[in-house]
Amino acid sequence: MAEPIAFTLRLRRYDPESGDAPFWAEHTIELEPHRSILDGILQAKARFDGSIAIRCSCQAAICGSCGVRINGRPGLACNTRLRDALRDAPDGVIEVEPMGNMPVIKDLVVDMDAVHWKKIRRVTPWLVAEEDGLPEREHLVDRDSMVDVTQAMACIQCGACVSDCLSMEADPLFVGPAAAAKAYRFVADPRDTQQLERLRDLAEDPHGIYDCTHCFTCIDACPKGVAPMNQIMRLRRRAADDHGIVDRNNGERHEAAFATLVRDRGLLHEAELLPRSYGGDSWLGKFHPAAGRVLLSSLPVVTKALLRGKVRPRVAVAGERLPREDRRHVQRIFDTVEGRPERLELNLYLSGVDEDGAGAADRPPEGSETR
Amino acid sequence: MPAHDVLIIGAGLAGQRAALAAAQAGATVAVLSKVHPVRSHSVAAAGGINAAIAVEDDWRSHAYDTVKGSDFLGDQDAIEVMCAEAPAEVLHLEHIGVTFHRDETGRLDLRAFGGASINRTAYVADITGQAILHVLYEQLLRFGDRIDRYEEWFTTSLIVDDGGCAGVVARDVRSGAMEVFAAKSVILACGGAGQCFKPTTNGLICTGDGMALAYRAGAPLMDMEMVQYHPTTLVENGFLITEGARGEGAHLLNADGERFMERYAPSKRELASRDVVSRAEQTEIDEGRGVGPDGRGIYLDITVVPRRRTLEALREIVNIGRDFAGVDITREPIVIRPGQHYVMGGVRTDVHGRTPLDGLYAAGEVACVSVHGGNRLGANSLLDTLIFGRRAGEHAAARAAGTRMPRVSRAPLHDDARRIEAILARPAGAGRRVSEIKEELGTTMNRHVAVFRDEGGLRTALDVVRRLREEAESAAVDDRGTVFNQDVLGAIELGCLLDCAEAMVVSALERRESRGAQFRTDFPRRDDAEWLKHITITRDGDGAPRIGYAPVTITRWEPEERRY
Repeated sequence: MAEPIAFTLRLRRYDPESGDAPFWAEHTIELEPHRSILDGILQAKARFDGSIAIRCSCQAAICGSCGVRINGRPGLACNTRLRDALRDAPDGVIEVEPMGNMPVIKDLVVDMDAVHWKKIRRVTPWLVAEEDGLPEREHLVDRDSMVDVTQAMACIQCGACVSDCLSMEADPLFVGPAAAAKAYRFVADPRDTQQLERLRDLAEDPHGIYDCTHCFTCIDACPKGVAPMNQIMRLRRRAADDHGIVDRNNGERHEAAFATLVRDRGLLHEAELLPRSYGGDSWLGKFHPAAGRVLLSSLPVVTKALLRGKVRPRVAVAGERLPREDRRHVQRIFDTVEGRPERLELNLYLSGVDEDGAGAADRPPEGSETR
Repeated sequence: MPAHDVLIIGAGLAGQRAALAAAQAGATVAVLSKVHPVRSHSVAAAGGINAAIAVEDDWRSHAYDTVKGSDFLGDQDAIEVMCAEAPAEVLHLEHIGVTFHRDETGRLDLRAFGGASINRTAYVADITGQAILHVLYEQLLRFGDRIDRYEEWFTTSLIVDDGGCAGVVARDVRSGAMEVFAAKSVILACGGAGQCFKPTTNGLICTGDGMALAYRAGAPLMDMEMVQYHPTTLVENGFLITEGARGEGAHLLNADGERFMERYAPSKRELASRDVVSRAEQTEIDEGRGVGPDGRGIYLDITVVPRRRTLEALREIVNIGRDFAGVDITREPIVIRPGQHYVMGGVRTDVHGRTPLDGLYAAGEVACVSVHGGNRLGANSLLDTLIFGRRAGEHAAARAAGTRMPRVSRAPLHDDARRIEAILARPAGAGRRVSEIKEELGTTMNRHVAVFRDEGGLRTALDVVRRLREEAESAAVDDRGTVFNQDVLGAIELGCLLDCAEAMVVSALERRESRGAQFRTDFPRRDDAEWLKHITITRDGDGAPRIGYAPVTITRWEPEERRY
């Protein structure tokens, strides 16, 4: 087994009772490289300073206590190896700080109740089964449906996805990745009687499922492969495709306009996106009053972008278009995916393959959520 | 001062189940836990929960397997209650939302587990404990208007008035504020004491607080010598590899590539009871047929399980293998060894969760009913927490209906506040560090109070524990603050661990026979004539442990030789 070697940890400290601002403290610890950041912090705590605060218990990535940011990226201290963290440390010192998007209580301890749990409570986080007429034995449900929701059930409520959710940074009221994944767990559960109500609620909420910008950060952040963003996309597909919910925030239409534009032009045409999101695909839709209002309100941004040379006026108005041959390729992708008799969704519990391909992906995904 | 009919300490499966049952019965309820409920260690239970649900199964068969697993030390009346009520409890969990895996017909799928004569373990992949714990917490939120939650409150002592338990003193971890909670009944549901050992599969929060609180309040502990070593913990760091792996068909191999369990348990092999498998592994290791670093391990070969099944049903250990051992368990064996996992003993209770101290209940790992006796079967612990959590909640609620709210003074609060002040005031650098003492305790217990024990080792352990107790009196802490002062709570937890460890060692010394998890190399036989009885430990007036005995209840199954 490997010998212990020295690692330097730079910990973000904050003591609310001191009246001092947060500061960095460095400790050099000695451990085998395969040991975890949490092992390192516990050694620093044991040997040098017992006042370092961090929530932790299981040390095996199941209790969800030790969510932190390591070298600026969210994760669990207990399942990040010192060796790996050192590789990502810009100056050879491993930096550990509290998670973002949540107030800090002390050192690495954040107030999860104020943000994370509040959002969880927002999504009616319990099964609403048939009140009377419970079956004498278990509900009879499709085998794969239970395996499918296991992915969302695997969430340990650590808050890593909430910590770095970009949409939440922009809109603190956004329901967020963890709560949305929790919602999917009920929406996809055949025993739940409120699926339509849940979907409508989350679609109509201006801070609901259409508030996600599809940035993948939560998928990277999640230590359990829950892939919260994918659960959000599943919620959208169920809301729009299965239940035909057209929300008043134009989330559904915006997404549809996005897809149509890419299908037709091979690339996104942003000037077209806005009117279509409100007025639909028809040419007259451009004159939808709401589109005008939003266009007007986004003029300062547009102007700035033009002035700074981020957009060329010609492209901004006319949009870009791929050469015909490339466009055909893109359209073929759409045809293949949309031409399938059933919607194919990846799920690591069903397919055995991590959705980001980082895990045991040595064969093509074959599993699917077929409905 | 908050006052409730039923006050529950701990919010794992037993605590949350007790809270829901008591609220259902109309009582006012509070749950108080030193960690957020979903961080409770029930979350780590992997493999599943036993219940005779299958048409061809019978709860009596489950009960017999449990009695046999306990090496006939389990109380059979309690075991009958647990096994008979198991199917209804598991179906209740299904009804409130647990996503149990199904078979092709849509019914609950059942997997094989150690010591069971039939497949009877319901499961959610290998995150069963997490799946159930999170669903119970959902229910706690659902009934939030009827159940007060005190999350991250640390209980410092039980209040005993007029010979009964009348509430607790607790400290808000976040603010450091102390508070007295009055209650007609208090249910201890705060888990085991695995942190007495190092390594252990148990979380850092498993510090025997409940056992120590009850013991100090005068309630007896029972079966404390019965400490389970789980047969498959990762050799690197002691992480749990679920018994579900062997349930799915994985093999144990020694250095010769031999499936050695065929010699020790010809019919059940890898699925013999845990004490039997752990002992077999340790024997192989001790006789030089171990593998891995210094030959201290055994191969667990999961490659014989179809890969797709492993990825679906053993997902968590695929991740553990990858993240913590750098091994793809679907392609190569991993190196494991026996590791401390569970304490069968605990606060003595009856089948309603009542301790001999009026108004005090206990359920889950903190309690000893005793349904596990000398050795707990895998997937019986979740069942134990839920059945006796519910029964304790119901009984405490019924008791509350006919009881007046006790009048509680604030004096115990001032005592505890002074105790904490005294810890904070210890001169820095004078004594040993809390972490050092805890480390020495853990390695000592793991060396001398493990799979094989003898009088010499146990005496050494007892001396060490008593010395450490003295050293703990002067161990200084660095953190003098009030907000999230984990340092001072760590010093209090250390005291709890030392109380539990002392009870374990004293009981193990007293039981001069081998039964279940207790194997004395100096008394290698089971001796029913002398030792078919429980050992109890009560705290003397001067703080010393006093040994007592309690009879084993036998209803249907006379002791016989155990063969697997």
